[in-house]
Amino acid sequence: MGRYILRRLGQAIPTLIGILVLTFALTRLSPSDPIQLMLGGQYDITPEDRIALRESLGLNDPLPLQFIKWVWAILHLDFGQSFYYHRPVMDLILERVPNSLQISIAALLVTVAIGIPLGVIAALRRGHIEDHGIRIFSVAGHAIPQFWLGLMFVLTLSVQLRWFPIGSMNAVGVDCGLCWDRIWHLIGPVAVISIAGIANLPRILRTEVLEVISQDYVRTARSKGLREKAVIAGHVLRNALIPVVTSFGTILLVFFSGALIIERVFNWPGLGRLTFEAAVNKDYPLVQAGVVISSVLLIFSYLLRDIAYAWVDPRIKAL
Amino acid sequence: MATDAVTTTAARVRPAEVRNVSAGLWSDALWRLRHDPTTVAALVVLGTMVALALAADLLAENFFHRAFSDQDILSNYSKPSGAEPWLWLGTDELGRSQAVRLLYGARVSLFIGSLGALTALVLGLGMGVTAGYFRGRWDDVVVWLVTTLNSIPLLFLLLIIGVLFRLAPLPFALLLGGLGWLGIANYARGQTIALREREYVVAARTVGCTAVRLMVRHIVPNIIPLMIVLAMIEVGTLILVESAISFIGFGIQPPTPSWGNMLTNAAQYLGKAPYLIYPPGIAVFVTVLCLYLVGDGLRDALDPRLKSR
Repeated sequence: MGRYILRRLGQAIPTLIGILVLTFALTRLSPSDPIQLMLGGQYDITPEDRIALRESLGLNDPLPLQFIKWVWAILHLDFGQSFYYHRPVMDLILERVPNSLQISIAALLVTVAIGIPLGVIAALRRGHIEDHGIRIFSVAGHAIPQFWLGLMFVLTLSVQLRWFPIGSMNAVGVDCGLCWDRIWHLIGPVAVISIAGIANLPRILRTEVLEVISQDYVRTARSKGLREKAVIAGHVLRNALIPVVTSFGTILLVFFSGALIIERVFNWPGLGRLTFEAAVNKDYPLVQAGVVISSVLLIFSYLLRDIAYAWVDPRIKAL
Repeated sequence: MATDAVTTTAARVRPAEVRNVSAGLWSDALWRLRHDPTTVAALVVLGTMVALALAADLLAENFFHRAFSDQDILSNYSKPSGAEPWLWLGTDELGRSQAVRLLYGARVSLFIGSLGALTALVLGLGMGVTAGYFRGRWDDVVVWLVTTLNSIPLLFLLLIIGVLFRLAPLPFALLLGGLGWLGIANYARGQTIALREREYVVAARTVGCTAVRLMVRHIVPNIIPLMIVLAMIEVGTLILVESAISFIGFGIQPPTPSWGNMLTNAAQYLGKAPYLIYPPGIAVFVTVLCLYLVGDGLRDALDPRLKSR
């Protein structure tokens, strides 16, 4: 297992290099001058100061050298100073990451809790009304724009019916990591973002369950007199879930991308909203860091997924 | 991406035995498609949308008597009413007709979606087939590119690009296509790897067929039907991406109306004019839904064996 994890980590390195090169290149293609952006509206700065600042930031170095310096700093978890907040970018990001993870993890739990039973029902009731219903929900869940669903949630359930808060993480005056108030605020974003996962999971599980259910060992389990529930839980589901683990890659990608939009709609102070606001403020170091960190988190979740896969299916490790 | 994640529709295709003579892949598929009510209905809706989008100028001038940028401050925030055609869906904060803007939004969305998907199809097919055929270094490069781009959440990447450049619809469509080819390439590569070992490909190679001819004449025709299905679904996915990125203000810029930036506006005036939020959202939903349904129907029609799954 240890060797498998190490090899899998090794595979992530070229991907990481690609992301760093792309992010660096994109920001350097920018037509605007970083010095100009940094100084903003300050008028009492002499041209000599600008030249000195440019020199001290290393902006006169050749691009490859700048890139290496940038990567070296990132390896030391230093993404530089935010142009807008005048604080280290890493501090800003670390404050926000837990908030984003709260949404993604909750959404993952909801997806699993609802998606797995739905997938099993769709397979067991194949061709019946439940199966068709789940199928229609699946297609519709893919086609509906997430941000619009979020807006509709805010408009109907928060603004008109006043059942849920309009946005943000806590009620005014309340400050807690995970309490009733926070859960109440989480319901909106998590419900909206889970729809994408719930549209995805049952479909894949349905195919797998149908595949497994026709296997000989399932017939054996039934014929030795096991109750249907025990057959489904112990024999069918255990085997059908293995390939489903890989599909979490797609679901995680949707969650990470969706966070950008959902955090904006629900005014949730996470990594997505931070990056969005940085983009509005043209705060390049922060945008760069937002993209790199969210990609790293995504790669890390892919890694966790693959380890989980190797764990549930011992055949993988041998590969 | 949602490309591989769309369910097969509840299409009811009658057994192919009804028609005895097989008349080739496409005409068989067309025949099956005609007997699939869900797909036909979705196609009709899509066709109507395309027709309306193409006729936007004509309709705006002769039927609505309003251009998409015409402002009428005196009748701003008017609720949807049947009084005059241009008021059907109400007006926004500047008194612009929602109905007309929705029509022009359809133009932008459909244009970006289809041109983007076409770009993705060409890129994905080219990269995937060559990677699968030549293997070796080139394959490594393509796989690396796909994995890397798949590890950056798409909207974050578009955000960076959106900060640096103000994009017009044409480059925006090409950009989305340039980022949306990953699923298609993966699939094309896998299929090519499987096909290149088949006897007929080996036979063609032994008689001296060049690599280019092999790929173009023997491999691509075998995988193109499902590629077209994937591209069809990609159109829907790209329309969703476009609306999302335009919604947060980094895609299509006003005054050009797109369904995404119309919703930005609607979200801003949610309290005063909540009715503005429905039409663009429903338009995106229905268009994408129809594209997914047509994609699935087409997949079933091209390969009825898949339907049982």
